[in-house]
Amino acid sequence: MKTLFDKIWDAHTVDTLADGSCVLYIDREYIHEVTSPQAFEGLRKRGIQVFRPQQITASPDHNIPTRNQHLPVQDPLSAQQLATLEKNCTENGITLFKVGSPRNGIIHVMGPETGLTQPGMTIVCGDSHTSTHGAMGCIAFGIGTSEVEMVLASQCILQTKPKTMRINVEGEVQPGVCSKDIILHIISQIGTGGGTGHFIEFAGSTIRSLSMEARMTICNMSIEMGARGGMIAPDETTFAYLKDREYAPQGAEWDKAVACWRELYSDPDAIFDREITFDAAAIRPMITYGTNPGMGMPIDQAIPPLCEIEENNRPSFLKSLAYMGFQPGEKLLGKPVDYVFVGSCTNGRIEDLRTFAHYVAGKQKAPGVTAWIVPGSKQVEQQAIAEGLRELLEAAGFELRQPGCSACLAMNEDKVPAGKYCIATSNRNFEGRQGPGARTLLAGPLVAAACAVSGVICQPEI
Amino acid sequence: MIKPFTTLISTAVPLNIENIDTDQIIPARFLKATTREGFGQQLFFDWRYDHQGNPRKEFVLNDPQYRGKILIAGKNFGCGSSREHAAWAIYGAGFQVVISSFFADIFRNNALNNGLLPVQISDSFLARLFETVQAAPSTTLTVDLERQSVALTESGEEENFEISPYKKECLLKGFDDIDYLISIQSKIEQFEKNNKNNR
Repeated sequence: MKTLFDKIWDAHTVDTLADGSCVLYIDREYIHEVTSPQAFEGLRKRGIQVFRPQQITASPDHNIPTRNQHLPVQDPLSAQQLATLEKNCTENGITLFKVGSPRNGIIHVMGPETGLTQPGMTIVCGDSHTSTHGAMGCIAFGIGTSEVEMVLASQCILQTKPKTMRINVEGEVQPGVCSKDIILHIISQIGTGGGTGHFIEFAGSTIRSLSMEARMTICNMSIEMGARGGMIAPDETTFAYLKDREYAPQGAEWDKAVACWRELYSDPDAIFDREITFDAAAIRPMITYGTNPGMGMPIDQAIPPLCEIEENNRPSFLKSLAYMGFQPGEKLLGKPVDYVFVGSCTNGRIEDLRTFAHYVAGKQKAPGVTAWIVPGSKQVEQQAIAEGLRELLEAAGFELRQPGCSACLAMNEDKVPAGKYCIATSNRNFEGRQGPGARTLLAGPLVAAACAVSGVICQPEI
Repeated sequence: MIKPFTTLISTAVPLNIENIDTDQIIPARFLKATTREGFGQQLFFDWRYDHQGNPRKEFVLNDPQYRGKILIAGKNFGCGSSREHAAWAIYGAGFQVVISSFFADIFRNNALNNGLLPVQISDSFLARLFETVQAAPSTTLTVDLERQSVALTESGEEENFEISPYKKECLLKGFDDIDYLISIQSKIEQFEKNNKNNR
């Protein structure tokens, strides 16, 4: 009677300390340019080498331009960060997918699509959205730089075993509801701290019916509830997605691997520390109105009036609305939109680009809107071109950019100016997340498409 | 190696806001450095300075009456991005302890790995600390790691906090996890051998 989480965790526990902390073996570590340099510096200071370089893969993503990637990076600090990553990888024999190369991409898009991420694995990266990989049926979670260094040094990490939570979503979703709406709905109900200390397994008929891309969007945002990670038991959808991908097992190895992966599920009598069930039919297209991802609502509803907010939460609620330039109790429909960002590890996959491109096909981008359509990886970019999505986008007045994290965290030049409103398919609407003073409204790719062509906050026509 | 922590008696800076995410603690545009030093100056940058770079007088870190090595913050502190730069920035600005009634998991680990002690107390004691420090900014707090307690030094009102015995030992002695993990390398290699067929 074990949970899926327990099965994988226990199989990777090298040792347990007297106080219950576990030495957890890590199958794969991904690194990028922003949170790894200080880890390598730490190794050098200690005079030690990377322990298992063949289990580490690097892909720069956070701090790279999304245009003209063939040219040298203009910002000297960004260029230095990229050069440092390359130097660290070369010196330590670590595989690096350089900017502009065929396998480069946001780590959480690249990992699954190259087949490096596989069911049953333990995976870490110095990025909180590492939870994305859990959609493949593995334990994947974000870590800090000191922990990145631990894994470089020992292929292990010391962790307290989290509690388990199962979130079931049952039934059929209504037309026009994307997986982003499902997860924004869940976070709006549970709150940004509701999953803290827990590892979540997403289950239920709705989750089972989702594509891998859609499952990744769900697991991606587990961290926005404070959870250590999210995961989904692997099934035929998972195996079909993974088969024949470059780093997936091949031939007889594949059959052997699939046989093992079929054992990866929570036993029927497994007990979770917490279990919640949602009705898929009740979920509507969502949007956020505040400055944390828990402040979400169906797009046609009104921001809660002050009387519905608990007294001790009111100062934070009002501070948040003041930042956004909204009033308690007001509706958002019809309000002007200045920017639209489609991309990120949440919604930068081929399905997201298809959804957006097919909606805007035959329509025109609203004149006042600046749009950034940023594929999550080089492979996604190439596939979008091959499928004719770029042509559809260009005919509608949109530009398909080059891959990277881009305006999700605005480390590069893709910044939303102060006071401007941006409909973003990314994962965080924190103050200043998309640039100092920028106002972010999180939504799915379909809502983003509807807003991009109308120039105002509106419901998608379906 | 981290700097050992035993006991701290200090005044505190009250930052009475909930759900402070690591993007506020240190905005992403400051994450381009390749060393751990220098982030203290950018701590809470967009709350400390306006768009012209002038200090915002109303922000507590710019208020000269509040000083100290202890930061008191609202519930769910450090949520969001895993950036360890947040812990480096707080430590770099001279804080050794952060007190809140709830910490995000990754931030808690990052803090502990850098000798910054996260002290989790009850909502009611947190409210009491805010009230006392805001009424009298010269109030000192005593944080005793050995006893796992935080107290209002003068009145003696105190509460205990939890910390894993392993992490406590590390902080008291200034050890870190890497020292430990390297010491068990042969065990890790044995684990790899035993599991070779499974991966």
